[in-house]
Amino acid sequence: MSDVAAPPAPSILEVVRRRYFSSVGNTLLTVVSLALLGTILWKVLDWAVFTAVFSTSGGPEACRGADGACWSVIGARWRLIFFGLYPYEEHWRSGLACLVVVVMTVLSCMPRFWSMKAISVIWIGGFAVFYVLMKGGVLGLVRVDEQNWGGLALTVFIFVTTVIIGMPLSLAWALLRRSELKVVSRVTAVIIDSVRSLPLVSILFTFAIVLPFVLPDWLTGDKLYRAIIGSALFFSAYQAEIIRGGFQGVPKGQEEAAKALGLGYWLRIGKILLPQAFKNALPATINQFVITFKETSLFIIIGFFEVLASGNAAYGTGDWTFAYVEVYVFIAAIYFAFVFSLSRYGAFLERRMDAGDRR
Amino acid sequence: MISAVYNRQVRAVVAQAAYLLFWAGLVLVCVLEARANLNAQHLTTGFDFLWKSTGWDVTFSLIEYKPSDPYWKVLLIGVMNTLFLGAIGLVLATVVGVVVGMARTSQNDIARLLGTIYVEIFRNIPLIVQVFFWYAVATRFPAPRQALSVEGLVYLTSRGLYVPGLNITGLSAFLGILALLAALGLIVFIAAAPRFRRYEPREKGRLQLAVLAVGLAVMAVIFVAGRLPELPFVGVPELKGLAFKGGIRITPELAALAFAIAIYGGAYIGEIVRGGFKAVGHGQVEAAEALGLTPLQVFTKVRFPLALRAMLPILTNQYVWLIKATTMGIAIGFTDFFMVVSISINQSGQTLELIGILMAGFLIINFGLAAILNTINRAIALKGDQLRT
Repeated sequence: MSDVAAPPAPSILEVVRRRYFSSVGNTLLTVVSLALLGTILWKVLDWAVFTAVFSTSGGPEACRGADGACWSVIGARWRLIFFGLYPYEEHWRSGLACLVVVVMTVLSCMPRFWSMKAISVIWIGGFAVFYVLMKGGVLGLVRVDEQNWGGLALTVFIFVTTVIIGMPLSLAWALLRRSELKVVSRVTAVIIDSVRSLPLVSILFTFAIVLPFVLPDWLTGDKLYRAIIGSALFFSAYQAEIIRGGFQGVPKGQEEAAKALGLGYWLRIGKILLPQAFKNALPATINQFVITFKETSLFIIIGFFEVLASGNAAYGTGDWTFAYVEVYVFIAAIYFAFVFSLSRYGAFLERRMDAGDRR
Repeated sequence: MISAVYNRQVRAVVAQAAYLLFWAGLVLVCVLEARANLNAQHLTTGFDFLWKSTGWDVTFSLIEYKPSDPYWKVLLIGVMNTLFLGAIGLVLATVVGVVVGMARTSQNDIARLLGTIYVEIFRNIPLIVQVFFWYAVATRFPAPRQALSVEGLVYLTSRGLYVPGLNITGLSAFLGILALLAALGLIVFIAAAPRFRRYEPREKGRLQLAVLAVGLAVMAVIFVAGRLPELPFVGVPELKGLAFKGGIRITPELAALAFAIAIYGGAYIGEIVRGGFKAVGHGQVEAAEALGLTPLQVFTKVRFPLALRAMLPILTNQYVWLIKATTMGIAIGFTDFFMVVSISINQSGQTLELIGILMAGFLIINFGLAAILNTINRAIALKGDQLRT
């Protein structure tokens, strides 16, 4: 320890001056930013809270003459936005099914469940519960067919099914892509790159509307499932590249050591390479999940009644046509809540893994 | 014979052949089935339909189009509209992105907070939700008679935005802008390509000015050549009866799409810009400061060029993504390439051919854009190990 006294701590005023008013340009930036921030915050709060109407019983008349938001529309139409055309008495099933998915997602974010076995059990088991709740027909539940599913529940269903089909598929693509057989890896690369260069909308369209035309009848299946297979294919093309990147991050010595021990191909992949590849690919994978959840909204284009479509119906019918901003804000908030928390979690994981590498 | 099964080479050949056969078989099944379905509907296969007239109209086109025109023309219009919307969206998104990215990397907490709020809000809401929202806003502007006006030049109405513009054909506008973009691309190339390294900076500057002048001149010539004879060269919108005459009408569909792509893409590009600036090593900036460069010089000569090189590859992906995002136009009825193809499928029944055209079109657009940007990237890449951070 030296004897030199530390310089006196700068006063609060001095810190503020240095940070925000150090130069003419900086001062200007501070003033403009503050003004912008203040105006936006005030306007939004004023519209959404102070002059808004929260009465749920009044109907559209309650909002007559009010300057702010008319949240009554959400009170009147929230069931439509969440459950679409699902039978009214059975809404609790739809709601419960969505909760199951939330629980699944939270569980898979806990490191204690990070093994192939646990994750598979959570997702496949959770999906089975979700499907039984939605579809019914067993355990005394009334049967509700897919064409009556809608709203947020349908969005969640599309997302979960896409991921459950897409994950094994992407693993297969990744393994074929890094195969030592030249023809196999080349052909796979061409397929993956072609899928990646197409817009998802055109893939969904092809699967939902064009496929019955080019496939024999016994292969076509329901329109919803065709579209979901299309979206799973799209997901897997991107996810395969992410997993491949994860494989590339595994040191070469690992595979060589496993070979030297005499482990066969599947043991090498399953026990040595995959766990490490998945760990490397985790942040990018979470990002891909986020993108996939947002992209479920494209199902509106091929005629499905997911949350955005049910939102359009919520303000498009009856006397609520003036309340479109409120409905879109509500839908945006639903998406935001899920996507923002998932991407924050991804960023946290990335930081934690970086710290682990540095130790 | 039995031992052949265990022979690795034989197994490899068999496996590869089986894999190829599997995909070829799948394609063959699809083609045969489509053929059978077509024959059942008495439709012909092949691309002859491209020369048949369509019999339907489009809502937005840069070139003259009548329902009696053939299919190839309507598909061309679709490609042009996609490129047109893409170009507007990319330019606007880049401008927004640079502003947001600068705010996100600034020393000032308040500016940083603003940038963060912007990025987090607009990045986490699906693009299509934003498109629907802006479209709802755009179609609820007042009727032309009560239009909101800005300085008497720009009018916001429920039938679209009216802005002053040149009275020229859509095709010449398209070609003129293309000429200018080509000139700008060439200028960037001259600035960065190794083959121009030998030139003195002043000579280079002159050459760039010359290219810009030629580009502008070509654009002006194309514009003047494409002017509509019976109208003044510059048109300003004015209210005539129930509608506006003169100027350019931007349809609500185009406005909503371009706006949504600019805002959503801007949030992503802002993050890319921020990442680019973060990738510039402290040592580089400190060295520049030690040499006595002014803050402005440090920015223009050191931080920005290095950040640009770190950004370009990721930016390429983002641009390709944004071009693909234009396919959302169909949700609100903008006649982009995808919408034209899907209407054509409905009307003509030539499903397979049109899907093929759609895929080929997007492959060409994407690979073309990626090739251009990758060429720029290679041209300005620093040789050797100069990017040490």
